[in-house]
Formats: sequence, structure tokens, C-alpha cells
Amino acid sequence: MPLPPGVSARDFQTVLRQFEAVVGKDWVFASDEDVELYRDSYSPFWHEPEDPVPSAAVAPDGVEQIQQILRIANNFKVPLWTVSTGKNLAYGGSAPRLSGSVVLDLKRMNRILEVNDRNHYALVEPGVSYFDLYRYTQEKGLNVFIDAPDPGWGSPVGNTLDRGGGHTPLRDHFSTLCGMEVVLANGDVVRTGMGALPNSRTWQQYKYGFGPYVDGIFTQSNFGIVTKMGVWLYPMPEMRFSGTVSVPKHDDLIPMVDTLSYLMNSNIVLGTTRVASSLTAQARDPELVALRSKPGGASIPELEEFLRRKNLPYWSIDLPFYGPTEVVPAQWAFAKRKFSAIPGVQFRDGATNKLPPSPEDLAKVANSVPLGVPSLAIFTAMERIGDGHIGLSPIVPMTGEAVFEVMDAFDKVIQEMGIHNVSVVPAGTYYPRSFFFLFNFPVVHNVEENRNMRSAFKRLVQVGAEHGWGEYRTHLAFMDDVANTYSFNNHALPRLHETLKDALDPNGILAPGKSGIWPKRLRKARA
Amino acid sequence: MIRPCVLLALLLPLAAFAADPAQAGREVYQKWCTPCHGAGLGKAGTEAAAAHGIKPAVLEQRTNLTPKMIETAVRNGVSFMPRFRKTEISNADLAAIVAYVGRK
Repeated sequence: MPLPPGVSARDFQTVLRQFEAVVGKDWVFASDEDVELYRDSYSPFWHEPEDPVPSAAVAPDGVEQIQQILRIANNFKVPLWTVSTGKNLAYGGSAPRLSGSVVLDLKRMNRILEVNDRNHYALVEPGVSYFDLYRYTQEKGLNVFIDAPDPGWGSPVGNTLDRGGGHTPLRDHFSTLCGMEVVLANGDVVRTGMGALPNSRTWQQYKYGFGPYVDGIFTQSNFGIVTKMGVWLYPMPEMRFSGTVSVPKHDDLIPMVDTLSYLMNSNIVLGTTRVASSLTAQARDPELVALRSKPGGASIPELEEFLRRKNLPYWSIDLPFYGPTEVVPAQWAFAKRKFSAIPGVQFRDGATNKLPPSPEDLAKVANSVPLGVPSLAIFTAMERIGDGHIGLSPIVPMTGEAVFEVMDAFDKVIQEMGIHNVSVVPAGTYYPRSFFFLFNFPVVHNVEENRNMRSAFKRLVQVGAEHGWGEYRTHLAFMDDVANTYSFNNHALPRLHETLKDALDPNGILAPGKSGIWPKRLRKARA
Repeated sequence: MIRPCVLLALLLPLAAFAADPAQAGREVYQKWCTPCHGAGLGKAGTEAAAAHGIKPAVLEQRTNLTPKMIETAVRNGVSFMPRFRKTEISNADLAAIVAYVGRK
């Protein structure tokens, strides 16, 4: 396995012995077999020398051990790549950006310090998974509702730090963050927000404390190691209901999305949904294939006529509602009234679920995440994709026109570059006020195919940026590319990140390269 | 002062637990394996096995899995199933899973 850059084999052995003295021999992993477990299971660099490989891993059990590890890492300038539960699949898993980094594995720090169902929050350590948190709330009979990301084995701390999203009212996870404890590179322990007040009684109830609000700089960054985090939970709603709205014509998407935006920004529709087209399900219909294959492709009137004859809508959206049993039907009725301005609109009642769901109800659903129960059901879609995947996920305006533009621009590149098997989650509402597109690119054990896929991915990052659509998060392989697109005023924001990096971590030991932020000693000239 | 016979009595339940690794493995299995390999809807590993014609598709019901196959799957991953680190599934946990799955 590689050594940390600039560290001799002899010094590294000293580092490992010192780590062992801190955490015990069982929690320092340096054999090839053990280090292998920290490589990216969904690497787009399979069988290529660029595949990032750590030099070792160390798993502390508390803040004091982290402080001691930092002291050693500073002495020998050993880079540390921190993971919480290490399940950041599609974005790098538990692998570091820089080969030779030591993975600081926080999975052992898995204490649920508090769950409060009077004010609805939790205080957790990084190694706690959504599954763990759910089990805890069930065992204690707590009246809270958990918004988990698609795979429930991730951690509230890790997912919030990467600004992940879920499916229910509190789906924008960064917005639920309320107070953190951070160990800085010099070992100083900082509590943010009200946590800075000794004996604070509102650390998880009020986000801001006094003075500058710094929590955001510890997300998607390498400025500190987060060891505790407060996250807001939702009070258990009485029910979830889903109703489908469908419209017949291509251009109906414009007023349809405007109405969706009104309902979401009014907190009436409160969960993740997406825009769906009937053409997707009909893609293999011979008539549609013939229409699309003719010179110039299918015109929009032809596609509308094709769907009309099959009695299918052009677009549809499932609207999720959460709330009291008296309120949800009224919200659905209001939504129908707003959408009724679109000629030909149709409505269909979907599933109604009482919350919390009973075991019998849970057995009837393929994916329990929208019902507040963490799951791994998302992986049922993975087998069709490949041996793994990585996601391109631009943030775009919540308008019908933007949906047309994104699909057109990205589809053109994907076709031109001959990339197959890309699955698309179009126009999702994981975050308020904007659309989130997710293009899943397959990762396979084939060097040539992965190289082509990476080229297409980089091209799409550029195409997106040229249109004003930025990535919200990305895999290790593309962090520099994405950071370079946030270039307003001669890269003023990345330069600010570097200023903070140099001030907070002068030896550059914390996660070099995370989000394109490199310490001075490893920084290259910006293109 | 606790007399030796009392101390021995206190230790007995733990010893009994350790003597039945399959029972210990059930708990580990349910935590780490059931979300993908269990019965019912939304279980990706079970669906993938079924798609490949593997019967029974629910891992727990298989009788042809060797310890080596289980260890390799957990530590190397299979297709979209990732590797599991020792901070997630320790060697002792893995041995317990092997004992549980191979109990039949």
C-alpha cells in the first residue's frame, strides 16, 4: 500500500506504533488485506493506477483519541481522511481523495446521546447510522419521524455534512443541522451555535448562537472533524398521502411546474417528488421507436398524438402530503384546484398510509423511506446499472423550461459520447426552490468503458456550468473539476476556501483535496 | 467480597451465549444482511439472486453457502454489494454470521 506523500517508510512505522498506543492495536489497520476494505467499492478507476488507496486506517473511540491522533499526524504531516459510517457510495465510499492518506474511521463513535420527542431533535456521533437512530426511537417509543436518505446505512452526521437529501418534509438535511462539536486540526474542540455557551440548554433548539454562523464551513470541507451533531427530526405526522397529477401536452409542463413550485414553497406539498414522462415507459414501443428513428426524429405534436392514442398523459407528478388526517385531504383538494387551470389535467388518488406505519403496512411497500423507515431498497434499482454507479447531479431552476433545456443539452452529450445505460431521475425536489437531476453513470470492471464514462462526466460538468447549472456534490474523481466551475471573479470562492484551509490547518493534514480544497503544500496552479 | 462460585454463576450466561455462535450470528445477520438479503419487498440482494435464477433467493434459506463464500462476499463485495470494513463487521461478527447461515 502507498505511503503518505512525503513520509518515509520508517517514519510511517513510527506513526502506526503511536496510533496503536492511542487506540489499541485492534483499531489500527495497516495490512494490505485490511486497507483494501477502505477502497471505493464503486470506483470509476477500477484496475487503474489512479484508483485512490489509503496507506492505513485508524478508528478512534472518542474526542480525546482524535486529539492525540491529530497531534501525531501534525508531527509527521500525515494526511487524514475522515469517514463517519464510510458508506458514501457513488461519491467515493470510504476511500480518500489523496492516495496514501490514513482513513480516520469514526464508525466506533456510534453513541446516540439524546433524542428528544418534545422538541423533536437528536444529538448523535458520526458512527450512528439512520438504521441505528430508527431502532433507538422504536425501542424507546419516541414520537419522531426520521428523514433518511435512500440508503439507511449512512449516518445523519456524514450525510448532513455532505448536504444529502431525503424524501419527507425535512429532506434537506443541512437545513436540519442544529449545533455541532468540531475538533480542529490543532486539537481544539469547538462547539457551534448555542453549544458555545457553557451549560447551554438550547444547543439543539436554536441554530445560530451569537456572532458569525460557522456551521456551513464544516460541510463538504476539510476544516475540522465533526464529532457530534444535532439534527432536527419531524414530529410523527398522522398520515402520508400521495396524489398524481397528469397533463396531456408537452408544454403543459411549464404551468404544471409553476403550480408545483407554488405548492412546495407554500409548504403544502412536503416531500420529494419528480417529473415523469409516459414516453419513458413507452421507450421500447415499436411505433415510438420508429417515430424517433426517422430523419429529424419525432416532433412534439407527433409524440403528443402517440400518447393521446394510447390514452397516456405526457407528464405526471406524484405529490406527497404529510400531516393531520383532517388537513391532508384539504391540501390535496387545494392542489387539485390550483392544477385545474391546466386544460385536460387529470388527478388520481394514490396510496394513503397511516403513520407510524404498522408492520403489516410496511410489508406491503417496496420502499419504506417515504414512510420514515430507513431502508436499502434503493439498491433494487442498482443491478440494472452495473457493478456500481456514480451520480451527476446538477441543481437547476424549478421551471418547465429548465427541464426541457437540461434534458436536451445533456442528452445530446450522452448520445454524442456513446455512453449507454445512463439512468435519469429527472427534476427531483430533494431540495427546496430548485430541481435536482440525477444521472446515474454505471461503473464496471472495464477500464475503457470507465474512461469513456469519466470523459463524458467531465464534459457534462462543463456543459452544465456553461448553462448555469452547478453540481451539488460529486465523486472524489471530479472534485477538482466541479470546484473549478465555481469560478466567479477569478475563483474568489475557492480562494476563500484556501485562505480558511491555510489558517485552520497549516500542516494540511485534514482530507487534502476534499471538494477541490488542497492545502498549500499540495496545491497546484489553477487552470 | 464476591465468592468464586457466585462469580462463576454470573459468568455462565455469557459463556452460554458464546457457546452458541449461531445465535449470536442471528443478531448480526439481522442488522447487516437482512436489509438486502431478507424476505419481502425491496430487498436488493434477494431480487438480484432471483434474477440470476438462484434458489432460494433469500440468503438465510440457502444450504450451499460455504464459509469461504460468505467471507469473500463480505470482505470483497459482489457486484453492487460493497465491501464491509472491520469497524462495521468485525472478524468475530463475520464468524458469527458464517455460523448462523451455515447452521442448517
